[in-house]
Amino acid sequence: MSSDNKKVLFGPVVDNNPIALQVLGVCSALAVTSSMANALVMTIAVILVTAFSNLFISAIRNQIPSSVRIIVQMAIIASLVIVVDQVLKAFSYQLSKELSVFIGLIITNCIVMGRAEAFAMKEKPGISFLDGIGNGLGYGAVLMVVAFFRELFGFGTVFGIEVFKLVQNDGWYQGNGLLVLPFSSFFVIGLIIWAIRQWKPEQVEED
Amino acid sequence: MSSNKETVGKTLGFVFVVCLVCAALVSVSAIGLKPLQQANKLLDKQTKILEASGLLEKAGSDIVGTYTKFVEAKMIDLKTGAIIKGDTDSFDERSDSRDASKSTKPENDMAGLSRRADRAVIYLVKNDQDQLDTIVLPIVGSGLWDLMYGFVGLAPDLNTVRSVVYSDLKETPGLGAEVLNPKWKALWPGKKIYNDQGEPAIQLVKGGAKQGDVHGVDALSGATLTSNGVTSTLRFWLGSEGYGPFVANFKNGGLD
Repeated sequence: MSSDNKKVLFGPVVDNNPIALQVLGVCSALAVTSSMANALVMTIAVILVTAFSNLFISAIRNQIPSSVRIIVQMAIIASLVIVVDQVLKAFSYQLSKELSVFIGLIITNCIVMGRAEAFAMKEKPGISFLDGIGNGLGYGAVLMVVAFFRELFGFGTVFGIEVFKLVQNDGWYQGNGLLVLPFSSFFVIGLIIWAIRQWKPEQVEED
Repeated sequence: MSSNKETVGKTLGFVFVVCLVCAALVSVSAIGLKPLQQANKLLDKQTKILEASGLLEKAGSDIVGTYTKFVEAKMIDLKTGAIIKGDTDSFDERSDSRDASKSTKPENDMAGLSRRADRAVIYLVKNDQDQLDTIVLPIVGSGLWDLMYGFVGLAPDLNTVRSVVYSDLKETPGLGAEVLNPKWKALWPGKKIYNDQGEPAIQLVKGGAKQGDVHGVDALSGATLTSNGVTSTLRFWLGSEGYGPFVANFKNGGLD
């Protein structure tokens, strides 16, 4: 793999993270991070949608009339999201019951549109596909970290496996009620952004 | 993006082709995956019914086989409580309760339904000796955020609770959604629905039910509104506007 490709694929995970640096897609990151299993499925769904929407949009980028380009992008993204939702319903009913609403909302996830408009409209299909996967991975990385903290300290579990025994199950750990609620992700995401910017000071915006 | 592709005709044509391709993709996936999705949905429902009747562990991985062997679905008319003919497989409580011709507005709408379907499908579960062991009744009622769908499993006296199993809800994880916690569900078996006057007396008790209280189950801590919802759902459905007439019929002469 050439270094360019590598940069496109793995750059968004830390250096150019869609949530931490570009601050896109925060809305859905709040909703689906109460458990790691949900976050993982959402990550996979977003990776698939961004990768394929980038691929298809890039493949027809020279044909798309610029006056209707946003609508064309939306049509492609929306179709892909419906397909992902249908597949999930067919193969993982339990998860789709919990996630269905949020899968539908991938359509409005700024990362997908943002990458289509900023990258796929200019670049070749192959590299756009990688960019889609990369940004999906970057989104997913933050999701998983947030979900890890929320699930561990909110419910005392990791991927549903008990780590801290909860008081209501005769254990010692009182679950943190704040972390169970969606808006607590703001705090966790904020802390993650701070941590990344301490580690990589070049991401800090100038006043 | 040169200007030569910006004619109106070309733009329209392009959009048309994109829409056609996208529509084809969506329809193929929706129709192609439909059988699998329906099978999943059915499996999910059957699993919950088996759980409500206490057969889930015995069933192991053979949900469909166990269900077919032990469970019999019957349609009833809620107003008269009589068993009626009807397609139990295609019955959909949610669509019926939205249809004004197939539903009634309850007089005392304590479960927060606004409309209640006129018919219901109940499940008679037999044991190995082919005797009626559990009757599983579907219930629905408002929780904190939205309607909560579930099942209550009753012993053949239609008074002793075997289980309360929720299958579909949007309650707060860690608080209201603790109705799914096995430890809380284990509080239910043996509780009695009706008091001596034959009125539903089952309730969730804030701060914990007293020892020996046959009608009381511990409320969920931190989820008062969900707990109240569970109480009123059960009281509504086992009362006169729910399965009350069926319960009366059943006690007077069994199922026929």
